[in-house]
Amino acid sequence: MKKNAFNIIDLDLGYPNKKGNEVILKKLNFHIEKGSLVALIGANGSGKSTLLRSLAKQQAFLSGTIEVDQKNQTTYSPLAWAQKVAWVHTENNLSQNLSVEELVRLGRQPYTNWLDRLNQQDIDTVEKAMRFTEVEQLSQKKCFELSDGQLQRALISRAIAQDTDIILLDEPTTHLDIHHKVNTLSLLQKLCTTLNKTILFSTHEIELALQVCNSFLCIHNEKVDLRSKSEIIESDILNVIFKHSSLYFDARQERFIFK
Amino acid sequence: MQYSKTTYRFPIAFIALVLGVIISFILNISLGSVQIPTLKIVHSLFGLETLKPSWEHIIWSYRLPKAITAILVGSGLGVSGLLMQTLFRNPLAGPYVLGLSSGASLGVALCIMGASLFSNLEWLLTQKWSYAISASLGSFVVLLGVLLVASKVQDAMAILIIGLMFASISSGVVSILSYFASADSLQQYIFWGLGSLGNLSWKEVQFFSIIYFAGITLSIVSIKALNGLQLGEVYAKSLGHSIRKSRFLIIAATSLLCGVITAFSGPIAFIGLAVPHLTRQLFNSSNHKTLLPAVILVGSILMLLCDTIAQLPNSDLILPINAITAIVGAPIVIYLLVKRKKMMF
Repeated sequence: MKKNAFNIIDLDLGYPNKKGNEVILKKLNFHIEKGSLVALIGANGSGKSTLLRSLAKQQAFLSGTIEVDQKNQTTYSPLAWAQKVAWVHTENNLSQNLSVEELVRLGRQPYTNWLDRLNQQDIDTVEKAMRFTEVEQLSQKKCFELSDGQLQRALISRAIAQDTDIILLDEPTTHLDIHHKVNTLSLLQKLCTTLNKTILFSTHEIELALQVCNSFLCIHNEKVDLRSKSEIIESDILNVIFKHSSLYFDARQERFIFK
Repeated sequence: MQYSKTTYRFPIAFIALVLGVIISFILNISLGSVQIPTLKIVHSLFGLETLKPSWEHIIWSYRLPKAITAILVGSGLGVSGLLMQTLFRNPLAGPYVLGLSSGASLGVALCIMGASLFSNLEWLLTQKWSYAISASLGSFVVLLGVLLVASKVQDAMAILIIGLMFASISSGVVSILSYFASADSLQQYIFWGLGSLGNLSWKEVQFFSIIYFAGITLSIVSIKALNGLQLGEVYAKSLGHSIRKSRFLIIAATSLLCGVITAFSGPIAFIGLAVPHLTRQLFNSSNHKTLLPAVILVGSILMLLCDTIAQLPNSDLILPINAITAIVGAPIVIYLLVKRKKMMF
């Protein structure tokens, strides 16, 4: 049996409030196998980001347990956590003056000494990560000179350089044209198969995700459940989550179609 | 290999900057109202030659401490500007713009004018080191305030306006103080506000240096966090940084530097804003391990040169240093703003 990267037990997510807690997602129970590529899907405002941020230890949760690699999330030190889970989001407020190489090098911070010195092994890892995402040609370009697709690859490259078992990505395909969406998704797929990383990403690109992922975390009615690709297609879940009077999901063609 | 290309270019630039500091240092102490030949000064500094007693006095008890002060002020303000720009991820941030200098001014005003109001505390309040402490506290309070509001608004412009508002509050309180203060202390405060690098005794320079080095040490300790913070706080946290701790270290370093500098030499504008940008032009790097020492060197050179101009060589006049830094610094900032891309942080 494969080991689990994530074990989620009775997890309640939400925000503590003056008048009791505002619960967004209740009693979550699921697990994510090591080495799997999982898409997190759900309607806008359903709590995708909240769930992802809690899994990434960016945000506190109300109750329950998040086990990562058989260890409770709360027992990880910040440094051990940084060596376990990498994070990618696109909300772009990073320093525009950073070059791609400097950006990717920052991925080595959990391993560098107090003066942020990179040893040969760090430099090799950075180089490998840049080659993997094909940004080595851009290494001296500044962030403001990059297109959205190039920046996305550089950010993923940084996460690879962080050398973690798990990578969490918050909507890596937004702002990209179809060409770069496909590039990003196939990059994630390649990461999963060749480097055996566990990858969880939130997305609205359901049709594309269906072609690369085998597991889906579906958020619906304050619940989250993990389904395989065939379960997604055969069940009517997509028509329930994305209920719309003039749209339906066609199981045979695996895509949404106007009525 | 492309990696070595970037790493090996820097030592040459650093050597050039160190030479620049030495040259502007010697220039700074040889020019002034009394002309003393440069070569003789260099010889005297190395103990090879003794100068006329009057020249000896001018150099050792006036020009030398002033030049050292210029280095401390220029580099310290540059570093606090760099820290602020990274912490707020805002290219226009700087100790003056964010109201830190005003906070420090308020601290000094409380000391100078408070002394005339509470005469039994006069001895305590008129000490230079009590200026330094209360100025550091003043800038710490303002910085904390700006940071508190900044966590609620993310907009870069809003943060600058908030800094401006804090500066207004501080100057409002200073106005109230000056309304009640004695004429003597008011005059003293106004002269202090014009800024001056001279008039510091060796003892004061010593005290200045101790706090300065404390601030620089805290900045060096923060280098790794500063690098991480360039990605934003979410990424920095995911890289294992404790945001709270890094923030505190950076704020403490900035308050110490800005506070002690303002206390000893008055509120000095534009250096803190302009120096980090000039440095980024010279060094094509965002790594604070390179930027921090480079900012120290560039800040020293700029301040030594500004002070040399302020001395108006061969005349008996001395211009207020604050006027010179504004006249030199503001056009640099405007130039960088016009070439918007270069202003990116």
